[in-house]
Amino acid sequence: MEKLGIAGNHGNDVKSDCRSQFELAKEGGLQIELTSRVKAFYGNSIIKLANEMLSFFDIKNAKLTIEDSGAVEFVLAARIEASIKKVIETEKEFILPILIENQNSSKKDQFRFSRLYLPGNSPKLMINAGIHKPNGLILDLEDAVAPVKKFEARFLVRNALRSLNFYGVERMVRINQIPLGLNDLDFLIPHYANLILVPKCESADCLHQVNIKINELKKQFGINNDVWLMPIIESAKGVMNAYEIVNAADNVAAVAIGLEDYTADIGTRRTAAGNESFFARSMVVTAAKAAGIQAIDSVFSDVSDMEALAINVRASKGLGFDGMGCIHPRQIAVIHENFAPEEAEIEKAKKIVLAFRDANDKGLGVVSLGTKMIDAPVVKRAQNTITLAINTGKLSKDWINNPND
Amino acid sequence: MKKKYDKLVKNAAGRMVPTIINGEEHIPFKGVGKHRPSGRRYGPKIATCADYPEDGNKQIKSLKDALIKAGLRDGITISTHHHFRNGDIIANQIFDIAHELGVKNLRWFPSASFPCQEHLIKYLEDGTINRIEGSMNGPLGKFASEGKMQGLGVLRSHGGRYQAIQDGEVKIDIAIIAAPTADPFGNANGVNGEAACGLLGFALGDSQYAEKVIVVTDNIVPFPCIPWQIHGNYVDYVVKVDKVGLAEKIVSGTTRITKSPDRLLIAEMTAEFCEKAGLIYDGFSYQAGAGGTALSIGNYFGDILRKNNWKARFIRAGSNQYPVELLEEGLVEYILDGQTFDLEGVRSMRENPNHVDTSPFTSYNYHSKGNFASMVDIVVLGATEVDVNFNANVVTHSDGYLLHGIGGWQNCLAAKTTIMPIPLFRDRIPVIRDEVTTLCALGEMIDVVVTERGIAINPLRKDLIEKTKDSGLPIKTIHELKVEAEAICGVPEKVELDDEIIAVIKWVDGTVIDSVRKVIV
Repeated sequence: MEKLGIAGNHGNDVKSDCRSQFELAKEGGLQIELTSRVKAFYGNSIIKLANEMLSFFDIKNAKLTIEDSGAVEFVLAARIEASIKKVIETEKEFILPILIENQNSSKKDQFRFSRLYLPGNSPKLMINAGIHKPNGLILDLEDAVAPVKKFEARFLVRNALRSLNFYGVERMVRINQIPLGLNDLDFLIPHYANLILVPKCESADCLHQVNIKINELKKQFGINNDVWLMPIIESAKGVMNAYEIVNAADNVAAVAIGLEDYTADIGTRRTAAGNESFFARSMVVTAAKAAGIQAIDSVFSDVSDMEALAINVRASKGLGFDGMGCIHPRQIAVIHENFAPEEAEIEKAKKIVLAFRDANDKGLGVVSLGTKMIDAPVVKRAQNTITLAINTGKLSKDWINNPND
Repeated sequence: MKKKYDKLVKNAAGRMVPTIINGEEHIPFKGVGKHRPSGRRYGPKIATCADYPEDGNKQIKSLKDALIKAGLRDGITISTHHHFRNGDIIANQIFDIAHELGVKNLRWFPSASFPCQEHLIKYLEDGTINRIEGSMNGPLGKFASEGKMQGLGVLRSHGGRYQAIQDGEVKIDIAIIAAPTADPFGNANGVNGEAACGLLGFALGDSQYAEKVIVVTDNIVPFPCIPWQIHGNYVDYVVKVDKVGLAEKIVSGTTRITKSPDRLLIAEMTAEFCEKAGLIYDGFSYQAGAGGTALSIGNYFGDILRKNNWKARFIRAGSNQYPVELLEEGLVEYILDGQTFDLEGVRSMRENPNHVDTSPFTSYNYHSKGNFASMVDIVVLGATEVDVNFNANVVTHSDGYLLHGIGGWQNCLAAKTTIMPIPLFRDRIPVIRDEVTTLCALGEMIDVVVTERGIAINPLRKDLIEKTKDSGLPIKTIHELKVEAEAICGVPEKVELDDEIIAVIKWVDGTVIDSVRKVIV
């Protein structure tokens, strides 16, 4: 335990965050000092929240200093709680009400073209992230958070899972590497996280450990929602064990590859052509498809070069990947656009699906298009393409009634 | 000492405004288009060539001498323009001289003020300057907001400033026109010289109507100075100085479009709205400012034009490299430019006859036989606040501080469609309020508010509502947007302001639309 608890950030460049400093005192009651850019509008409500929290944690004599740069309530609460818990030990958690829409489950096979990484300790980037409509938002507790900030980031991520509007986007969290990451789950599972990314995964055992902890927490907190796993394979060993990893449990919904660490691990570096990771990428894709789950490609780190990103996405799709990570909201549209089926693919898929319908209507067991017989897997792929096309806005939902539009 | 203000009445917008301002009578706002001016335009004294040198050389050795010759004395009105923006150095020098000569009680009538003029606060304090009638930005706005200015501030739009000069509401005693290039006769332009700023349109009215006109430049060329954006025939004295402005602060070397994903999203939504509402067509026109969001909207408009093989007939601008690119690509036929923001804008204005300099007279003056503003199809404007009735504020922040000028904002509202792309909240402060802190425009002139979380269309614009109802765009009511912001930020507490008035806001026709109250420190 520390004498002085400090959490959060403050400074001229900081927005939507605050720094909370907590110090116990022997006497003198509670002193709360607030400086805030938005004091005229929220000064009273911030003081009220601080008082409520100090009383919740049974603190009688202390000094709490809040330097606020426009933090919203869930951020203020996370910072205050983290600063208090650096000084006092308690089992109690100050939990804000959860938004109704943040309690839903996601589906194992829902689209995961794009998943946007958000540093788990940067509230400014969280507030508007959902409006850019990625398929998933990842609150990142691992690489995006400095070691000294890991403690406070957990409170922020927990509060974000409850109070941040995700606008229907899948709520994902990247935990720290196992075993450290197991403790992160206490802050996530009771708060309806949809999917957990498990970094640097090298074995099925790693995921078993995660699932044991998840199931304990689900039971303890009465959570019935599904929690999906997305292991990230980032090493030579992980690649060689890819098939074991994807088959580790039924709740493994997707597998991702992390190429920065992987290329370092095999003693090389990433190139634009990507020959160095061709084997690893194909291995991960093949393992995923063998297990019937999604394969997700590594992020593309040059956020200013959208053309290079588009080329990268098309190459990724060509290898069989179903999605890609992103680190900037502007990458989302490019990723969706290029993972989406092309016109020719859609046209062909429409013909196949229509032929399948006709065959069914006529009670025929065999589907044919022109003189060609169509196999079942081809029909399934065509149906997938149609769903993708609808979901990416390339095809109308009721296209089947106006197939020639 | 004259009373700062007196005789408050409730105007047609329901706001309490003084009818006596700095000892003079003013008319309360009557409604949009309701006030009818009477009388004739103001005219300065008739001059005669007999008083001016036949060789055309009006040069005086220093600004101080010129100011003395022009009759600098207590209580007069001194005007300057703001084409040099934060690189202006002449306004400060004028009042240094006035202070040195012990002159008091001046009215400073700039077309806008900038943070570089913070220097003048000491002259506002010691009574050299009685008040500023013009925008008050940054430190000057803070000074005024805290009730420290002796006289009452008067804020006018660019068009309203021209109207006030023309109608004789403000009689300028001495106009000082800092010019990047001039000849000894007083012809001047903004396209050439170290301090090139593009044009000098904001000083046009000053040159035409002031009793005395002084041109100050660091680049004297032999007669004729071509182009002559300011005509020497209006000018009394010409002063050559070593440096007329700080070039690097007058225009930027490069202009960058916003990289903020949130703003780009708003820009994209704005352009998509305009496209789906059918507001963009072959031969359309628009005006967008030089802010990051507005610039990227211009770029998206360019994409739409290119895709359809259309051209815009004209852009009204504060120009910079982006509109210039559209002009040079042939997607836009004319730029009608009011102020130039970067070196590319200056170059284009110098070289391209289709890049035309304009003034508040041609663009904005409401007491005129029409102006350009109402012919524009789409105008894109910002706001500090919009209320649930679409009324908007552009001068004060929600905490009451006066921090921005009106600029051409009020004038631009006359466009066929006014769109405000604004974030739903800034730094936790919601932009959509129950009531604006300061009323700068009535909701009936504001058609669409585009935020990152949804688009609200003024119920008066049934046509736009109809055209976009199946567009797939996130159309919401302004009330829904307000509730959405408050769900994220919390409901802001009400800010208490003092009863004392520190400035008034004029409408484009010279009537008083609102008062600005002192903040409680």
